[in-house]
Amino acid sequence: MSEKPRVGVYVCHCGINIAATVNVEEVVEFASRLPGVTVVRNYAYMCSDPGQQLVREDIENENLNRIVVASCSPRMHEITFRRTLQDAGLNPYYLEMANIREHCSWVHPDSEEATPKAKKLVSAAVSKARMLEPLEEKEVDSERTAMVIGGGIAGIQSALDIADAGYQVYLVEKSPSVGGRMAQLDKTFPTLDCSACIMTPKMVDVANHPNIELMTYSEVEEVNGFIGNFEVKVRKKARYVDIDKCNGCGECADNCRVKNRIPNEFDANVGKRSAIYLPFPQAVPAKFTVDPDHCLYLTKGKCGKGPKCQEVCGTGAIDFEQQDEEVEVKVGAIIVATGFDTFDPSNKPEYGYQDYPNVITGLEMERLVAASGPTGGELLIGEGENARKPKKVAFIQCVGSRDASVGNEYCSRVCCMYTAKQAHLIKEKIPDAEVTVYYMDVRAFGKGFEEFYDRVRREGIRYIRGNPSEIFKKDDKLIVKVEDTLTATPREDEADLVVLAVGLEPRQDARGVIDLLRLSQTSDRFFMEAHPKLYPVDTSTDGVFLAGCAQGPKDIPDTVAQAKGAAASAMIPLSRGKVKVEAQTAEVNEATCRGCGFCTEVCPYSAIELKTINWFGHEVNVAEVNEALCKGCGTCSAACLSNSIQPRSFRDSQIMPQIAALGVKS
Amino acid sequence: MKMSVENQSIIEKLDLLGCIQCGRCTGGCPVTVRTNLNVRRFVYDAYQASLEDLMEELAQYSEIWDCTGCHTCAVRCPKGLKPVEVLYSLRNQIVESGKVEPTVRDALESVFLEGNPWGKPKATRFDWMEGLEVKTAEEGQEVEYLFYVCCSVAYDPKLQVVAQNMVKILEKAGVDYAFLGEEESCCGSEVQALGEEELFMEVQEENVELFSSYPAKKIVTLSPHCLSALKKYEGLEAEVIHYTQLLAELIDEGKLSWEGEFPKKVVYHDPCYLGKQNEVYDEPRQVLKSVPGIELTEFDRSRERSLCCEGGGGKMWVETESQQERLAETRARNAKELEAQVIVCACPFCILTLDDAVKAVGYEEEMEVMEITEILGKVL
Repeated sequence: MSEKPRVGVYVCHCGINIAATVNVEEVVEFASRLPGVTVVRNYAYMCSDPGQQLVREDIENENLNRIVVASCSPRMHEITFRRTLQDAGLNPYYLEMANIREHCSWVHPDSEEATPKAKKLVSAAVSKARMLEPLEEKEVDSERTAMVIGGGIAGIQSALDIADAGYQVYLVEKSPSVGGRMAQLDKTFPTLDCSACIMTPKMVDVANHPNIELMTYSEVEEVNGFIGNFEVKVRKKARYVDIDKCNGCGECADNCRVKNRIPNEFDANVGKRSAIYLPFPQAVPAKFTVDPDHCLYLTKGKCGKGPKCQEVCGTGAIDFEQQDEEVEVKVGAIIVATGFDTFDPSNKPEYGYQDYPNVITGLEMERLVAASGPTGGELLIGEGENARKPKKVAFIQCVGSRDASVGNEYCSRVCCMYTAKQAHLIKEKIPDAEVTVYYMDVRAFGKGFEEFYDRVRREGIRYIRGNPSEIFKKDDKLIVKVEDTLTATPREDEADLVVLAVGLEPRQDARGVIDLLRLSQTSDRFFMEAHPKLYPVDTSTDGVFLAGCAQGPKDIPDTVAQAKGAAASAMIPLSRGKVKVEAQTAEVNEATCRGCGFCTEVCPYSAIELKTINWFGHEVNVAEVNEALCKGCGTCSAACLSNSIQPRSFRDSQIMPQIAALGVKS
Repeated sequence: MKMSVENQSIIEKLDLLGCIQCGRCTGGCPVTVRTNLNVRRFVYDAYQASLEDLMEELAQYSEIWDCTGCHTCAVRCPKGLKPVEVLYSLRNQIVESGKVEPTVRDALESVFLEGNPWGKPKATRFDWMEGLEVKTAEEGQEVEYLFYVCCSVAYDPKLQVVAQNMVKILEKAGVDYAFLGEEESCCGSEVQALGEEELFMEVQEENVELFSSYPAKKIVTLSPHCLSALKKYEGLEAEVIHYTQLLAELIDEGKLSWEGEFPKKVVYHDPCYLGKQNEVYDEPRQVLKSVPGIELTEFDRSRERSLCCEGGGGKMWVETESQQERLAETRARNAKELEAQVIVCACPFCILTLDDAVKAVGYEEEMEVMEITEILGKVL
């Protein structure tokens, strides 16, 4: 720091983004008179290679030792310019950026306001730059393993890619089987592939892959550490079945005393199961699980003279003494693929979902048309002798999507197409059925979607433009109250069966995942990516990535693509075996620290602990920063009563001159 | 393109550009089965009309007077618009031009002069209290529950019993209550629905001042229309509730129970102003269920899916010309299918329209229309 500061200032035009409202020449002239400034230049695009070359040359020829780039937000290009400094042999932390675009040219309509503000921002940046110090970037070893949370198609795909690349993966799934939502679907749009047929081979692969440790019926309890070095606690819930002994024969379920009395979640509750169950025939692992909330023996402590399942099990697999088990694993990266819930239409009581059995959701429809579903794929309404095929089927689009009245303003992206597919399937099963789709816009944006929509219309599916407002009953028919908005005709249409195209929502239990991994949410309540365009699979927590509908509604192709993206990103620390740790971390002045521990309490990353040192013969407590965990957020510094903990590059001695420069009228 | 500041503010105030033309408003509108009203079209046309200063022309369509103010359109709108208010502002164009139906003109004039829309003298507003010991509010002295009596209840001989029974119920429960004295005046609910926004603002201002001199923990209304209006008042501090909410609470706390029996099959009709607009669905039912002997049944179209009786939105003073059956008559037929002996309701306007309907379809021998308090009066 003995060297005298020689500051180079580079003012970017950003095409016309900055230059249209900021008088760049004036800013250059102003900057050249600031103390310590040796060189001032301006250029159309500083981030371009010629722009960076200017900086590199000046560092070499003019012996610059501090660089100020007045351009955009540091979010994108701080890394770019740090690299420029490094290439020219200067410590990369001798860089300061003045944001004269987002904070200035974009928010002020004219140069009258923008130019003086740009000058202040540059002046502030120069003031801080003069006080910067060189920092050292450190690296630590990374675990060469990953964890994937969620065993739907997103999680399965991510896990397979990482495992295929040769790294160990822990795939954690909450329910007894992998498969997720995709396994519940009958056929997939627009190709009409059987969902189970393309899904089950992948489910089997994750179970058999030598690099995948599959943990079903398990939940992540605790996550500590940081990118490259996460420590994760997983609770393997008791299945009350020894999965090494269970051969999946199903005798237990057949003999369960509450057989066919418990709604099967996998069948969207339209089918029934026993208390000991396999969620669906292709479940992986093909092992039975006792539902502790419904099993008579576990809830009441008594099941006849003894649990029948135990009696009939030929391999002695059922073990009511089984306990939850906790395991701890170390991983370098985590992929969150926790999926979605469908909208609960009882929140839109006007559709009578709770009142009429023949008003069902799209997911229930999937199970009713699926060959593996509770009706073997036969679509019937009414009970017993009254059971019959529906002749008039109505689909209602956008139930719980694009609807501020239920707090979901977003489009769920899949309902238009799954409706088209289900309409097609009904026409296939019941050719003389009248099928009507009530819509407000048809969004057929994906590959092959518009063609599929064309096809189903020509198959005789009637599309009426109008979103129904109410369903009520006249005799034994449902009445759909709607306006055909193209002819401005209010209608009361009869229907035997109404299918609500329910949208996608963040999972009910998303809060727990957010707390575990310090995730953020976008305004739609889905998990937030680090940048909507440039870091779509990253999160604000380094080393934690997103895949699938946990991040926002998407169809299967998009989910698989994102899952592969998340896998590729997660493999970066795994393949390098090392991760960089933040250089701009907090530093403790042990001479003044009083060991009050305030900072340890406020640190959001649990990066500070108290340690005992020997201070001239006295044992005293002082704070100690774990530099691998510290993100340099500065919370500790704000809380410190004696200014003893300060983030590097944001020390009082560095930001006070910056603030002072902003306060001086120019 | 010419665009006055005033028209710009209509576009913004009613968020006309937020509409996506989904049709849920018209789809849900109860009167489409008997009138030509298409509220979505008015939302669509109002944008262009306000750009071109043609709102007055748009207001010439007589359908704007068919709206019953039930607010189904607003409740169902996925974008938070209130299509009903587009109709109200078109009505406002007509009211301002002075070319309104004589019945509407008289009602508005009566509110202005006598504080009620029924053309009754201010001085007789409290005739319903005759022969009863009624606690009335004293200036500056706080009560727990301050009662606000609807104009219709105060003057209509069939409805006065609502207020009279309420006094008896309150005395029995022993709560700290008071009725407003002779200064009580119309809430303005129907004034606003008829498009007389200025008079509504005046009424609001006077009433807010009135309530400030008679402090209360809660203001209790007898009519859901007053409830909706008072809740909209700017500057009113006290919480406003409907009487069924208070009674449900008293019953729940064991402070109120009944001596007699009412062994009849009744069906409850949800008033739009109480249900759809204020989401009070359970309390009236709780009160009814507390009555010994009563058999409470439900319409298929109940609660959020309830069918409007066409009594709101100023319709008491504007006749709809239609060959189709009145919705209240449909309601009466539905009640008959349920074999209900009584259609019970918690709104004075619903009582009046349903009562007419039961007579019109010839059920008056076998079916009664009663206000909840009328039943309670029989089991006190």
